[in-house]
Amino acid sequence: MSWDLAALPWLPAPPSDLRARCKALDAEGGARGSGLAALAATSLDLSGCARLGKSLGKAVEADATAPLKACSLTVLSNATLDLLLDPIRVGAARHGLAVSLRKPAFGQVEQELLDPSSATRSDPPDAVLLLLDHRGWGLQGAGDLIGAGFQRLEQARAALTGTTLILSTVAPPPEPLFGGLDVTVSETVRARVRAFNEGLRDRAARWGAPLLDLEHLAARVGLDRWHDPAHWTLHKLPFAPALSPLLGDHVGRLLGALRGTSRKVLVLDLDNTCWGGVIGDDGLEGIELGPGSGRGEAHVALQRYALELRGRGVVLAVCSKNDDANGRLPFREHPEMLLREEHIAVFQANWRDKASNLAAIARALNVGVDALVFVDDNPAERAIVREHLPQVAVPELPEDPALYVRAVASGGWFEAVSFNENDRQRAAQYQANAQRAELAEQVADMDAFHASLQMVIRFAPFDAIGRPRIAQLIGRSNQFNLTTRRYSAEQVAAMEADPDVVTLQVRLADRFGDNGMISVVIGRRDGDVLEIDTWLMSCRVLGRRVEEQVLAEIAEQARARGMTALRGRWIPSGRNGLVEEHYAKLGFVPAGTDGDATLWALDLATYDPPDLPFTVERS
Amino acid sequence: MSVTAICSELTPLFQDVFDEDDLVVTPELTAADVDEWDSLSHIRLVVAIEGHYGISFSSAEMAGLRNVGELAAVIARKTNR
Repeated sequence: MSWDLAALPWLPAPPSDLRARCKALDAEGGARGSGLAALAATSLDLSGCARLGKSLGKAVEADATAPLKACSLTVLSNATLDLLLDPIRVGAARHGLAVSLRKPAFGQVEQELLDPSSATRSDPPDAVLLLLDHRGWGLQGAGDLIGAGFQRLEQARAALTGTTLILSTVAPPPEPLFGGLDVTVSETVRARVRAFNEGLRDRAARWGAPLLDLEHLAARVGLDRWHDPAHWTLHKLPFAPALSPLLGDHVGRLLGALRGTSRKVLVLDLDNTCWGGVIGDDGLEGIELGPGSGRGEAHVALQRYALELRGRGVVLAVCSKNDDANGRLPFREHPEMLLREEHIAVFQANWRDKASNLAAIARALNVGVDALVFVDDNPAERAIVREHLPQVAVPELPEDPALYVRAVASGGWFEAVSFNENDRQRAAQYQANAQRAELAEQVADMDAFHASLQMVIRFAPFDAIGRPRIAQLIGRSNQFNLTTRRYSAEQVAAMEADPDVVTLQVRLADRFGDNGMISVVIGRRDGDVLEIDTWLMSCRVLGRRVEEQVLAEIAEQARARGMTALRGRWIPSGRNGLVEEHYAKLGFVPAGTDGDATLWALDLATYDPPDLPFTVERS
Repeated sequence: MSVTAICSELTPLFQDVFDEDDLVVTPELTAADVDEWDSLSHIRLVVAIEGHYGISFSSAEMAGLRNVGELAAVIARKTNR
């Protein structure tokens, strides 16, 4: 079994002329994020990361990283992390981000946290990563070190406002003191690290802080390999430098999850991916699936993992070169299949090229192709898809199907920083959406279609229950987002009590199911005008007149507070071209510009909402 | 294997680590001769060589080598060539 996590085996090898390609990109005048991201999507080693990291750094400085999303990060640690910076740049680019990095000088953690004039506090970045090593965090020595460690954590959290604090667990040291007793004698370093990690996980959950689980990553690599005593003694490197690309990718995927670039859809090939053999040739009895052969078990394991992903909100789709009937046959009739047609939101079995089919799947689900992960055993198909649709993540698969799950799981494309009821339901929601699209094709008249959906829309002001999902939507939504202003959960909480802020969380249900929270609006009083600070909506419910009903609600609430007009604002973000004409379509009139932004006004004295196909509920 | 032969094997590795197409590795080469050769890129160089030859250097070796000739001698010894 050849699987070395540190070599990022789920990624294809980098091009042999990496340096030449980097140079060519450096020389490009315009935005070069796509080219940089394509290079980042390879298994770059430490030197490769350094080279590409240099190009990424230059592009960030030249403001030429579109379409990557910008993200600023400060890394705080008591150990030497200089070698990790380029791998973080590369890992972030691999997950859709252009990160501008700051790393204060060695030993400056306290100053950065406690001095209000420090760069971290006076000009807070999007996120601060507190990367802890047990030696740097004082978990070895005498006294109540764990309590002290937590006290410092609490201080850090209190000091850092207006930014997202990312915590990391601590990799335990590999060397035993007693042996088996180490975990039961509370003053051993291993026992302390264990207790510290447990408390850290509790705090991360309580604070809603994203967690970089170094302990788990180090365990996957092996603690003896993770900790390199020679490099620690020489340079205070807290882990073997060759592992930097792996850790950089894990930081990158976590930032991606924070900034909403995690992927949403797992697309599966069928023959030799979901089962062994070729259904069209081997038939139902001939394919290998389930107990009886190692191969058959391995393919079932992949199906099981796909179902687990579906259970946490990842949408499943099929893309296979097959006759439709052949492709569906095992789903319908093979007793060992775990995946059934009802689990698959879009089923594309035909003889067209896979890149076109993947694009069709994205369209049917109303997501970008950059939301897809495509799993295919065939190296040629993988290469073709990577070439034609580089935004699709296509994991390299090992020869042995027994390792397919590991390859798909290790890529981190579905990293999440929160999980709630909405996520649990998401796969079913996308699926219902695909059914609605089919219904829309059958019902020619749009009004009849809307009426047939029996939609119920529910409005409520922000509250504690909705807060995590509200913050998630504010952090993630890109396309239908008028201003792309990002607010933390704490800022959202503060709005709940502010009398000059009008807030709306909007939920939508219909006869196919509950869509959950699909829209968020924040309005701020400016005299007798309500300025719409934030208006975002899930693209899943586009084309259903939701925005018109939301406007009617905003107007009603503004009137109830004695206001006479609404002011809208569209701030271009590079990703929200979809809503450039949003206010025009709703009957607002142009009201000038403000920098890049266009302003719009609606006079409430003359606004009269149209008849809309919703039952409205309020709470 | 001779020190000269190891030097020519090391040349592409050095070119990658220091991002310098024209770099030619000779036994006399030292960190002072290469612009990009600082303490950070030195660690990257060590990692690249360790990975390439499947060997590992002691902390004394990492810190103490004075030129590429000494480095090549250590590689020759560790790879039994």
